[in-house]
Amino acid sequence: MNETALLIAAMLASGTPLAIAGLGLLINEKVGVLNLGAEGMLLVGAVTGFAVSFHTGSTVLALLAGAGAAAVVAAVFGWLVIWINANQYATGLAVSLFGGGFSAFVGVPYVGQKLAPPVSDALPVLGDIPFIGPALFRQHPMVYLTMLAVLVLGWLFYRTRVGLVLRAVGESPESAHALGYRVRLLRLAAVLAGGALCGVAGAYLSCVYTPLWVEGMVAGRGWIALALTVFATWRPARILLGAYLFGGVTMLQLHLQGLGVEVPSQFLSMLPYAATVVVLVLISRNPMWLRANMPASLGKPFFPGG
Amino acid sequence: MLRLEPRPAPSRFFAWASPFISLAITIAVASVLFMSLGKDPVRSLSVFLFEPFNGLRSLTELGLKATPLILCSLGLALCFRANVWNIGAEGQYLVGAMVAGGLALWLTEHQVAMGRWAFLPLAIVAGALGGAAWAAIVALLRDRFNANEILVSLMLVYIANLLLSWLVFGPWKDPRGFNFPQSVSFMDGAAIPRMITGMRLHWGFVVALLAAVGMWLFMSRHYMGYQMQVGGLAPAAARYAGFSTRSALWTALLTSGGLAGVAGAFEVTGPMGQLTPYVSNNYGFTAIIVAFVGRLHPLGCVFGSVLLSMFLIGGELAQSRVGLPSALSGVFQGVLLFSLLACDTLITYRIRRVRAAPKAVGAA
Repeated sequence: MNETALLIAAMLASGTPLAIAGLGLLINEKVGVLNLGAEGMLLVGAVTGFAVSFHTGSTVLALLAGAGAAAVVAAVFGWLVIWINANQYATGLAVSLFGGGFSAFVGVPYVGQKLAPPVSDALPVLGDIPFIGPALFRQHPMVYLTMLAVLVLGWLFYRTRVGLVLRAVGESPESAHALGYRVRLLRLAAVLAGGALCGVAGAYLSCVYTPLWVEGMVAGRGWIALALTVFATWRPARILLGAYLFGGVTMLQLHLQGLGVEVPSQFLSMLPYAATVVVLVLISRNPMWLRANMPASLGKPFFPGG
Repeated sequence: MLRLEPRPAPSRFFAWASPFISLAITIAVASVLFMSLGKDPVRSLSVFLFEPFNGLRSLTELGLKATPLILCSLGLALCFRANVWNIGAEGQYLVGAMVAGGLALWLTEHQVAMGRWAFLPLAIVAGALGGAAWAAIVALLRDRFNANEILVSLMLVYIANLLLSWLVFGPWKDPRGFNFPQSVSFMDGAAIPRMITGMRLHWGFVVALLAAVGMWLFMSRHYMGYQMQVGGLAPAAARYAGFSTRSALWTALLTSGGLAGVAGAFEVTGPMGQLTPYVSNNYGFTAIIVAFVGRLHPLGCVFGSVLLSMFLIGGELAQSRVGLPSALSGVFQGVLLFSLLACDTLITYRIRRVRAAPKAVGAA
């Protein structure tokens, strides 16, 4: 009973960084920009966040710094793919490779350092309810903020004019341009927002979830978040669902290791990656369905008047 | 105000010059970085640009590091030209290393006497089979289920890494290795021959160069190579001409997987001589940069491999000589690729100065 509650709590905690990054990537992809640099942006956010948290002791500042640092990287990425029309695949890969190198370089003095012990995040009253309390209401505020962000994004994209314009930019940049919308600026804004969210996700990982800095600690979560957008067929709520599912798989793996299951730990550690492949296969099987949901201009550059 | 304008035809000048311009930008960024870290930029730069070429030993080490990069990047160049985004060369490399390493372990255990020259082709076959099999998963899932090859090939990198970790921590661990995660050392007959006694450079380097020539011939002279490149540049035209996208996909992935696998096999049975969790120096990912720096051209890949192994060696030397973390070379690799992609824009676009753009056009 209590075990299950803790498992649910751990699932929410480990799904949250995936959800934050997934939402960021969703914003990017809604306007037609495919960001293969997510892994690098998470790493930059993680190392920046850890450094800020280490020196100031403030998690809020750390998350903001992570967002800022990743947004700077996203700005370079955005400038290259939106104004310079560089290949989105190649540029994204460059961001990921750069993020890996940069974070390892900057993070050298922080390896093995510890952050101040976290304060309890239990909510008063609600956190004391048996079972439900430990399962749901003893989380870091980011967990709830992420749930809120899903609602806000869902409302923004499907209930507001801004969302309609953003989706139009992703579906047909030519039409949006013809209507007088500034396609490239809107795309850049979305890329910055998406990058900032990836940075928050990274900082959450290094300052709240782990909390440690280790080279390459993001361990593919940026790529899994990319797969999440496909899994979610570009719907915010499904991103959250998918993220918790993956969080659950990650936790299951640790849980099984704890129970002493007779399977080598390496095979259990493969679970999230193998699950990503399985999910991609299941979702992508029907190309028509995928095409119906995918933003039509995803990955294609737009050159006004060109 | 400056503005980009499409060129009527791609610029040959910038296609050639762009890698050199981006190298210059990287060197400039590096100098600024060295100065801001309080290091002498001239001395630090010479560690990256001069030391790797200084003397026979340095040159052979350069060739040693270039070997896996050449092999991996050749395959990636073919993939990227065919618009197949295999970015999991690292995983294919690791599986090639595991299969060839397993073979070498078996030979060592059973004391099968075999000359080094007889082992070389065996290592190539083992590595190629391993890498191609790993890439075949990507091809199958893409072909049969339309699963995105970028994400699948990348997930398989993590899985391959864990597989290797399991092998060296588990069944293949050296029982007398003081509990270190490593296999027993391969016997002398299960290693590929070296080119110069006393140096680590092995004949795999020559194999890599031959592979580059082979790939060049395939791309420029073979009908299949032509079909694949048309498919990458103009998918609609390729379909109209009846070129099969499926066979292009399989050819690209099996070839690049096989080449990456051979690279892994060489590294394990060459300089390493045993399996450890660290058989790759991120070669599979660095090869992506190499492929782009080399203009997706086989001979360019050789040039790019030498350049990037210069960075790798420079990074190691920077640690011991100047006291900078070796992760620095990763930063430079990223900067190099960024500036390359930016400069590449000048191949298809030119910069025009525009006087007060008319309002109707909009500057967005």
